[in-house]
Amino acid sequence: MPDKVKTKMIRVHIMGKEHLVPEGLTIMKAMEYAGYRFIRGAGCRAGFCGACGTVYRLKGDYKLYFELACQSAAIDGMSLTQLPFVPANKATYTVRLIKETGNPILKFYPEVARCVSCNTCTKACPQQLEVMDYIQAALKNDIEKAAKLSFDCIQCGLCAIRCPAEIAQYHVGQLARRVYGKFVKKSNQLNKRLNETNKGKFNSELDELMKMDKAAIKQKYTERDLESLAKKK
Amino acid sequence: MEIINGYPDYMRESINEVVKTRQARLKKTFTPMTMDERKQVLDKFHPDYKAEGKRSLAIGPNKGKVTLSEVADLLEAHPIISPKDINLSQIDYDVDVLIIGGGGAGTVAALWASNNGTPVDKILIVTKLRHGDSNSMMAQGGIQAADRPQDSPVKHYLDTYGGGHFSNKPELVRRLVTEAPSIIRWHVTRGVLYDRDENGDFMELSGGGTSRDRLHAAKDYTGMEILRCLRDVSRNRKIPVLEFTSVVELLTDGDRVTGAVLYNMENEQYSIIRARATILATGGFGRLHVQNFATTNHYGATADGLVLAYHVGATLRDMDTAQYHPTGAAYPEQLVGLLITEKVRGMGAQPLNIDGKTFVFPLEPRDVEAAAFIRECYGRKKGMVTSTGMSGIWLDSPMIEILRGEGAIEKNLGAMHRMFQRFGIDMRKDPVLVFPTLHYQNGGVEIDVEALTSVEGLFAGGEVEGGVHGKNRLMGNSLLDYNVFGRAAGISASEYAKKTKPGKLSLKHLEKYEKSLKDAGIKTKRRAPILLPEYRGKEALSRSIDIDKVVYA
Repeated sequence: MPDKVKTKMIRVHIMGKEHLVPEGLTIMKAMEYAGYRFIRGAGCRAGFCGACGTVYRLKGDYKLYFELACQSAAIDGMSLTQLPFVPANKATYTVRLIKETGNPILKFYPEVARCVSCNTCTKACPQQLEVMDYIQAALKNDIEKAAKLSFDCIQCGLCAIRCPAEIAQYHVGQLARRVYGKFVKKSNQLNKRLNETNKGKFNSELDELMKMDKAAIKQKYTERDLESLAKKK
Repeated sequence: MEIINGYPDYMRESINEVVKTRQARLKKTFTPMTMDERKQVLDKFHPDYKAEGKRSLAIGPNKGKVTLSEVADLLEAHPIISPKDINLSQIDYDVDVLIIGGGGAGTVAALWASNNGTPVDKILIVTKLRHGDSNSMMAQGGIQAADRPQDSPVKHYLDTYGGGHFSNKPELVRRLVTEAPSIIRWHVTRGVLYDRDENGDFMELSGGGTSRDRLHAAKDYTGMEILRCLRDVSRNRKIPVLEFTSVVELLTDGDRVTGAVLYNMENEQYSIIRARATILATGGFGRLHVQNFATTNHYGATADGLVLAYHVGATLRDMDTAQYHPTGAAYPEQLVGLLITEKVRGMGAQPLNIDGKTFVFPLEPRDVEAAAFIRECYGRKKGMVTSTGMSGIWLDSPMIEILRGEGAIEKNLGAMHRMFQRFGIDMRKDPVLVFPTLHYQNGGVEIDVEALTSVEGLFAGGEVEGGVHGKNRLMGNSLLDYNVFGRAAGISASEYAKKTKPGKLSLKHLEKYEKSLKDAGIKTKRRAPILLPEYRGKEALSRSIDIDKVVYA
């Protein structure tokens, strides 16, 4: 086991105010250490919800950086703010009624055509997605590509706030994925099972299980064969 | 201390042992435990089985029932509002179906209340963070549904009931497994993109304690993909949502729940809602950090629903257990406690000790697997100890790429890969360090098969309710639970609202609650619900003053 190392303190500037915080904390925890209590700006705290989009600069560096406060460590000298909310209009649609002809994306988000391919959205994505590429795919009505490239989007909105064409990319991605879902091949196995359950195929067996005494059902449980084990053998 | 690809040299020594044993381990797996072996490891090493972590409740419908101390603390606490401060005569919102919680269960309940004929402007979702902020959004591994020919709802029933130590309510398990395929159908018709094979069938994996490959996944963003899609449906349908608003107390007419007191988290104002039917969809309790465990849960998982329900006399069940997910991150420090999906083991990664040796079947039910990890770290002292003193188990993720081909991790475990990559660790090349983390509230507010609680007018769906999983939930059954019982709650509440009239609004139950605290001799400053956890730094808090209280006290 290694020796415990004494924690070094670093300086972070939270919305312009300097705070001393221990090195190694996430930006979120550093803000809490400094006394901030989140109502907005914190959600899942694990990189899945997009509530904690954060923008920062480093000392002596002109660049803007984009991260999730819960998924990146505070850096000495950083100057940061959170963007916990992004104003962006979501179109209203019924996916069932969307026809296969024409470009549904352009119908509901005509501003997609304003994309100037500047790639600023891609640079702003804390998930490192190819945001511009999926917007361009949507523009060309390549719904599958738009759906797949946008799949890991956590909808934090940092792309939308940076876009000079004022596109709300993350809403476009959502529409693309839902429309793509219409064209995915149906599962025969699922349909078959639904027919079986609708006909009550498993009812008598389930009745029987529910009637069993504890000893009998425990016995039945221990006698199960495990598929994951069979594959190893 | 030199760091090589994310790991300090003292950890590299152990990783070398992992690499040495890898080839030999690829074809072999550890034998699953017998029921006796399971019992032994649980009794000795699972946190639930420690007597000192729980106590007998002194008040309410579950009086005398053993309950986790952190939960008992909230139930044996004063309400946060006092009836004298609340004007109930001004009704701000008047609805048919009130849904408390905007995560998976709440969203599903709203959609099905609407499908069942309740007008959307007579439905209201109230949520203390944003619509969608919830554990449902964070679920990674998958959702169970027995739809393959070699599988059946009967096998799913047996796995679930046995995994729950035969303590689940059988009729709830039956509804869960029987409706599972119809839930998958509903999702795909709405556009949820599950992983499919070339025939259009689902690519399914086993989870801990499942006897068949039954987990439907959308990479390792399954929860996010389902909920953002359903939320999109809800938004298109214009179902009203009040964000950053919590419910601090339910209202009753003496017998049934008739509304609630809302609290705006931002401007700190209360408002009154009258509802013909109310659905609790408040989720779980991970942010209580039971027995000081780190948690995978979202920021708002503070057991509010249990407190609200208990104040109006609803019965709880299985509150003596908590689910510890075997594989929470144990390194680096910034990620401690965060979920490493069970899918990592489902896809072939083995858990290993500091010597790179296997010590447990990788897919035991979660409580058994977690207890085996704790035994390895603290009973046998074979964990990898980090510089913060945390002991962990290696999860040999590079095996996945060997077993399933290069690129399998990026394709199927993108979220995991991205999380570690942010801290310089490449899980395709190096194992990751894990330790059990507080994950799920197994029990909760008891419901019947129609999602009705023991109190009239109050329904519940999702993690807040109890009975579906008994004392231990299986992987992939929580996403299924919030869909099946969220739907049940939505339909039941909608039906109930159609045949009832709005009721009188009162907080009399709080007087009764205060009296029961007093009669039980409980003297405490604790107040509940707590709404959000307190994470501000100790030093910062030590200088904190409440100006409102100073001025007006």
